[in-house]
Amino acid sequence: MKELDQVVIRFAGDSGDGMQLAGNRFTVVTSLIPNDLATLPDFPAEIRAPAGTVAGVSSFQIHFSDHDILTPGDKPDVLVAMNPAALKVHLSSLVPGGVILANVDAFDERSLSKAGYSSNPLDGDELNSYRVYRIPMTKLTLEACKDAGVKPRDAERSKNFFALGLVSWMYTRPIEPTIDWIKKRFASNELVREANLRSFKAGYNFGETAELFESQYEVAPATFRGGIYTSVTGNTALAWGLIAASRLAKMPLFLGSYPITPASDILHELAKLKEFGVKTFQAEDEIAGAGSALGAAFGGSLAVTTTSGPGIDLKAETIGLAAHLELPMVIVDIQRVGPSTGIPTKTEQSDLSAVVYGRHGESPVPVVAARSPSHAFEAAIEACRIAVKYRTPVYLLSDGYIANSSEPWMLPDVSKIEPIDPNFLEAPNHVDDEGKSSYWPYVRDPETFARQWALPGTPGMEHRVGGLEHQDGSGSVSYDPLNHERMVQLRQAKVGAIAKDIPPVELNDPDGPGGADVLLVSWGSTYSAVMAGVKRVRTRGMKAAMAHLMYLNPFPANLGEVLSHYRKILVPEINSGQLCTMLRAAYLVDAQSISKVQGLPFKTAEIEAAIMDVIDND
Amino acid sequence: MTDVATTNGKVTSRKDWASDQEVRWCPGCGDFTILAAMQTMLADIGARRESTVFVSGIGCSSRFPYYMNTYGIHSIHGRAPALASGLAIARPDLDIWVITGDGDALSIGGNHFIHAMRRNININIVLFNNQIYGLTKGQYSPTSEVGSVTKSTPYGSIDTPFNPISLALGAEATYVARTHDMDRNHMMEVLKRAHEHKGTSFVEIYQNCNVYNDGAFSDITGKDRRADYLIPLVHGQAIRYGQNGEYGVARGDDGHLHLVRVDEVGEDALLIHDESLDNPSQAFELSRLARGPHEPTPIGIFRSVERPEYGYEVARQVAEVESKKGIGDIAALLQSSGTWTVN
Ligand SMILES: Cc1ncc(C[n+]2csc(CCOP(=O)(O)OP(=O)(O)O)c2C)c(N)n1
Ligand code: SF4
Ligand SMILES: [Mg+2]
Repeated sequence: MKELDQVVIRFAGDSGDGMQLAGNRFTVVTSLIPNDLATLPDFPAEIRAPAGTVAGVSSFQIHFSDHDILTPGDKPDVLVAMNPAALKVHLSSLVPGGVILANVDAFDERSLSKAGYSSNPLDGDELNSYRVYRIPMTKLTLEACKDAGVKPRDAERSKNFFALGLVSWMYTRPIEPTIDWIKKRFASNELVREANLRSFKAGYNFGETAELFESQYEVAPATFRGGIYTSVTGNTALAWGLIAASRLAKMPLFLGSYPITPASDILHELAKLKEFGVKTFQAEDEIAGAGSALGAAFGGSLAVTTTSGPGIDLKAETIGLAAHLELPMVIVDIQRVGPSTGIPTKTEQSDLSAVVYGRHGESPVPVVAARSPSHAFEAAIEACRIAVKYRTPVYLLSDGYIANSSEPWMLPDVSKIEPIDPNFLEAPNHVDDEGKSSYWPYVRDPETFARQWALPGTPGMEHRVGGLEHQDGSGSVSYDPLNHERMVQLRQAKVGAIAKDIPPVELNDPDGPGGADVLLVSWGSTYSAVMAGVKRVRTRGMKAAMAHLMYLNPFPANLGEVLSHYRKILVPEINSGQLCTMLRAAYLVDAQSISKVQGLPFKTAEIEAAIMDVIDND
Repeated sequence: MTDVATTNGKVTSRKDWASDQEVRWCPGCGDFTILAAMQTMLADIGARRESTVFVSGIGCSSRFPYYMNTYGIHSIHGRAPALASGLAIARPDLDIWVITGDGDALSIGGNHFIHAMRRNININIVLFNNQIYGLTKGQYSPTSEVGSVTKSTPYGSIDTPFNPISLALGAEATYVARTHDMDRNHMMEVLKRAHEHKGTSFVEIYQNCNVYNDGAFSDITGKDRRADYLIPLVHGQAIRYGQNGEYGVARGDDGHLHLVRVDEVGEDALLIHDESLDNPSQAFELSRLARGPHEPTPIGIFRSVERPEYGYEVARQVAEVESKKGIGDIAALLQSSGTWTVN
């Protein structure tokens, strides 16, 4: 038994090989050790890419350790390659000397040629610098299922469990939780259950008896703060955050949505959770997704619409109306590679400019971004809080990486989360010259500029709101030039006032403000790689500071002051420098963009290199 | 309880339903009589102002909510059915009207329009059909007849128009009616029935735009020719029209509906109108009798049938799950995919 402090494993195979399932089950047992972990699922862009081709390869990477980690790891130490295409796609990212567990049965002539190999790499010299294990996974799986009454074609599909069993043995994962899970998950299908159980055990036993492997490895439990933990993906945490916000505000949750990758799982999750009084509506398109949410908001629901890039273009006009009517709603954008359909399954942060600026007219909308899978819970509650308190649409940004990857999450004490007060108005707020009382929809709180809001169904509060410019206070249609200017300023001031209501940006600089040679500004999912990169250069004695932005509009009130301490500012983004441009415009600072647009998150090493580069060139 | 209309315990009359905003349509516009019919009908039936919401898109017609002393949203072009759908699902207790135009509902908003009816969401869609874009000053619309000369079709339009009744029937609508702006009593009757209907009600109103498309429906609505051009649809009665009832609708030997002379086919051959037929085919055939408002045109309720209402079904599913699983507990939800404890 050898001790390791951390390992990165990548399960890769054809999209029909069940690699996501194997990866997810491995994640669950790893969380039980408990190791700290982060995962990165990577799906083929097409659902039905031809089997066996490089386009059809699906992978799942997990990084686990005995210490605090932030990212799914730059390069895998172990590659499970279920077919030649998987090897072809992923070999270059494996660490030198890394382990390859290859399903040798899949390396036949046909599969090799489909993957574009003219000869079998398992036989040549190409893999000499790796530790290659040629394992007949298909054959051993069929063998294990021989007496189970399963047809060979069906039995073969259990080979992902064989691989899972083998890797579980190699890294001394407990097997009971997986066995229990298989029994439960396939309770109604005896044959599949048997095949999966036998294959899983066969894989595990193969490790033990084959004498192929020098030793098993152990990754000791990480130290976690005391508490109850679960493992969540970003989309699940976000959906749960919306439900929690609905409870905190005592407003029923309404979701209007149109399916789109990688946002659909939020719709799926909320559609299941009707016991929380959630109403989900799969609309005819994204426009109706947003429109139905705005209609529900008018009726007093906590209204949400979820989508990804192409959908936000369609929703823009409705969001402008919501900003104009001053009604709360949350627009969730799980960003993916654009423009146009782009690469739907890959991640990007390229919608930032669109959500901040992408509407006609002066139409300010607050923007909040989740930084990690579990943080999506908190970010969702915060987006809802701002929306309800300020009567405004709020954009909640996540991305494909956060959406599908998972991490351990110490569960918050939900009873301690601050309630959200919708503060509905139930009695008239205006008396006219003749002493008649009525409700004026645009009477505001002098500090927050939030308007007083009454719901339909309340007698005596009947009123009309609309997309035509209206008089502040009464809400009557008004084309008065000065009133329009005042309304533009008020709507802007209201969003601006949120800066006083959010925490100041936290500066992470061990030497105090201005102490470090460079400041890195992260937002959204770049948080983890930037944090890991900063930590790593510090271990080499370099001085790097970091500030992470959860709020992209408005910026925290102290951001300008924090930036002013640094001569060198780096802004790594999975786009071409959108936040960087905003910071330069807002604060006249010489921030430099570190841009990556490959549909993949930053690697720690890339951040590290960028920091060294700027410090070395000083 | 009296049988007089009340809102919030007070008797209402038409003026209680009028807002304090000055009505700004062109003098003589058909929209005025529709507004009057709506206000009078709601007062008459004792609707409650506080639970009535008018949602509109954009267009002359879509200014309507500003003039109603109820809750209202003047939204964006074509999207009123989408907003109204969300509101109706979230708040089944409300009475929701969608006010729309031929451009608003059938051009930019066509998708929302058909899907609301398909789902049978409890909203009343009132389409002011003037066969023109009024607000944008006179371009042709999806209901303009072929050959219409408008600002954007100086040589005559070449696209085939929609027949809104046929479209609604094709979209699975459960209540489909047509009326016109020159007959307040008929409008009130059709709107009242729309209001009573559970699910989506669709009412097309032939509305005169006296500025950009004056007289588009005058054959049907004008007192002089009305008898020969307006075919009244009355449930349970033979479909018959003409100064002296000399014309009617009957099914011919070819299996299709035709306009007939009663003295040629005999009274017994006339089609008896049945708005409650589950199969929409006959209603559809009636909607095809006239190719445009210059031919004898059926006016009245084409179809009125029952089908589960969407908002009710949504609420029923929620209630069923709540009673089966118990009201959700957030702390338990966060632990639902398995946990581990660190001391
Ligand atoms: C997105 C968008 N496109 C175009 C317009 C301009 N527009 C406003 S109303 C209208 C057509 C109105 O026609 P109709 O629905 O028939 O209403 P009417 O004025 O005849 O009552 C158009 C094109 C708009 N307001 N918004
Ligand atoms: S333009 Fe036509 S439809 Fe619009 S208000 Fe004037 S008359 Fe009415
Ligand atoms: Mg029109």
